[in-house]
Amino acid sequence: MADLKLTDVVKSYGNVNVLNDIDLDIKTGELIVFVGPSGCGKSTLLRMIAGLEKITDGTLEIDGQVVNDVPPSQRGIAMVFQSYALYPHMTVRDNMAFALNIAKKPKAEIDAAVDRAAKALQLEPYLDRLPKALSGGQRQRVAIGRAIVRDPKVYLFDEPLSNLDAALRVATRIEIAQLKEAMPDSTMIYVTHDQVEAMTLADRIVVLANKGIAQVGSPLELYERPRTEFVAQFIGSPAMNLLPGKITATGAKTEVTLDAGGVATTEIATTEADMGRVVNLGVRPEDFVIADGDAIFEGEVEIVEALGEVSLLYLPAKMSVGEGADSANQTHLIAKLPGIHDQLKGQRVRLTADPSKLQIFADGITMRT
Amino acid sequence: MQQALFALSTIIIGVFGCVAYFYFSNLLLDRMCPAKGPNAGRNINRANAIRPWLFVFPALAILSIYLLYPVFSTAYLSLHDSGGDFIGVGNYTWLAQDEKFRESLVNNLMWLLVVPAASTFFGLVAAGLTDRIKWGQLAQSLVFMPMAISFVGAAVIWKFIYDYRGDNQGEQIGLLNALVQAFGGDPQAWITLPFWNNFFLMAILIWIQTGFAMVILSAALKGISEETIEAAYLDGASPLQVFFKIKIPQIWGTIAVVWTTITVTVLKVFDIVFAMTNGQWGTQVLANLMYDWMFRGSPDFGRGSAIVVVIMLLVTPVMVWNIYNAHKESR
Repeated sequence: MADLKLTDVVKSYGNVNVLNDIDLDIKTGELIVFVGPSGCGKSTLLRMIAGLEKITDGTLEIDGQVVNDVPPSQRGIAMVFQSYALYPHMTVRDNMAFALNIAKKPKAEIDAAVDRAAKALQLEPYLDRLPKALSGGQRQRVAIGRAIVRDPKVYLFDEPLSNLDAALRVATRIEIAQLKEAMPDSTMIYVTHDQVEAMTLADRIVVLANKGIAQVGSPLELYERPRTEFVAQFIGSPAMNLLPGKITATGAKTEVTLDAGGVATTEIATTEADMGRVVNLGVRPEDFVIADGDAIFEGEVEIVEALGEVSLLYLPAKMSVGEGADSANQTHLIAKLPGIHDQLKGQRVRLTADPSKLQIFADGITMRT
Repeated sequence: MQQALFALSTIIIGVFGCVAYFYFSNLLLDRMCPAKGPNAGRNINRANAIRPWLFVFPALAILSIYLLYPVFSTAYLSLHDSGGDFIGVGNYTWLAQDEKFRESLVNNLMWLLVVPAASTFFGLVAAGLTDRIKWGQLAQSLVFMPMAISFVGAAVIWKFIYDYRGDNQGEQIGLLNALVQAFGGDPQAWITLPFWNNFFLMAILIWIQTGFAMVILSAALKGISEETIEAAYLDGASPLQVFFKIKIPQIWGTIAVVWTTITVTVLKVFDIVFAMTNGQWGTQVLANLMYDWMFRGSPDFGRGSAIVVVIMLLVTPVMVWNIYNAHKESR
């Protein structure tokens, strides 16, 4: 029921800028996920939308109305906190009814709203318990229920699953997805550092890095057409391999000759002017296949991690180090092959990949147009 | 010089005496139950059962001599008259009819109702107001300062505030009278005004205990999860509603501990009344009444002890509840 529009939003603490020139349009009914490395300001951005942090500069509009100075409770938002933030001295029912009680709604209306939310979240047996008598997952559901009861225009989730154990996290993630489906008109903004959550829940993902937005797009768009090396390596696990090389043929199909010797033909178009340019070739670990003939890379497998459904091969290689890479990416090329391949340890393998899935980055930016 | 030497030697003897006690008693135990030979296992078990008692014995002994023994001794004394003859509950029947005792009981009750409530309330307000502002620390140290002053010292300070000079005694120097005169009123001898003078005395203890309440409550307020407060703001609560509906319920246990701790202090109030009015003009309290009977004029240990027993009986239930609450808090 609400559009959000951020224009040139800046956040600084004293002289320290933490967010610069954030421009973002969020449409009614979208589920937007903010992801980024820790400290990138994603939670700060969410708290600015909530009204818990002042917006230093720029404007935030909800439904076309500038709300920079509107107090949090009048912005029509509800927030689910990482620590749940349930009121420990109130029963589940009172927790969920608190906002409506403060707003002095009639008792019948409050009870109806609470009962409806409790039913949807299977909290009915626990309505008279205190939060401390609930499990982590139940507390999380109460926190979500407290948001639903208020019937807000915008839902904000601040890493809501990070305090749950792995199994519960998957279950709650699916519940949130179902919740979204049941309320197609609600706008939701979801902060996480877990890219599986981001990929599965989001209509669009906002990748934050370096105090700004690195890329906005649907999950698959970010996966298939990352705009920068950072996004390329941040989305996907293990991170994308970045192999340094030079452009040796241009045209509709660009050819990159790697410093390590291999040659890759890509389906990215370049012009004559790009000839000889120093670039990084980006290959996702899961796109590698073992080749008999021509190869992008040839090397010795140092380590094999056989996970059952896939095997990760680590080949020592000179890699281009980006800020989104994890430490293994900086010294080894990683290939992810389906099936069990522990017999490959110590052997020389030749790896190639589907040309349509290769990326070329010049100065950290994609050469795709 | 001689006194200093005496004090020093006492300290040295005390400290080394303790060390020697622990060392030699431990050694003796090891000798008596050696951890070798045919009964090594049983000896170790036995020594381990005895050792804790060996170590807590001095503390237990001192506690019983200085706390338990006086309790029983006082109870015993309260059943005897000033000459030392047994008179049963005679002192208590006398108390029940004594005018001054009734006045003290009523005054103590007033102290009990006013001081803990006011101190806790002001402490809570001070803690709440100074909680999240920059110079809150400074304000807190100022409010806390009176805690460092002894009750008698505080009484002396407030004596100047309430000071009154009669007609021929020159200019008024009391702060309160200065204020009253500035607003056009007539100076008063504040601490002689019947009934109200009790409240002027209570103000002193409130002034002192507010700092205590503030420090404890401020620590409790800081312990409240920031996110529950933010959640309440998002839910539309005003700062006052957040304070009363979110913060106070979460520190309720601490408030109870502060309240009861001050209650115990109030039941024992003595110094302030002693220094300010000595119980004149209708301000007598139990502890000062007890002091009067114990040590003034012709001392009557029996009646004094009976008053002490009454004070003790009043304090005990509050104390028990206080300890129970404090335990609950620390869990």
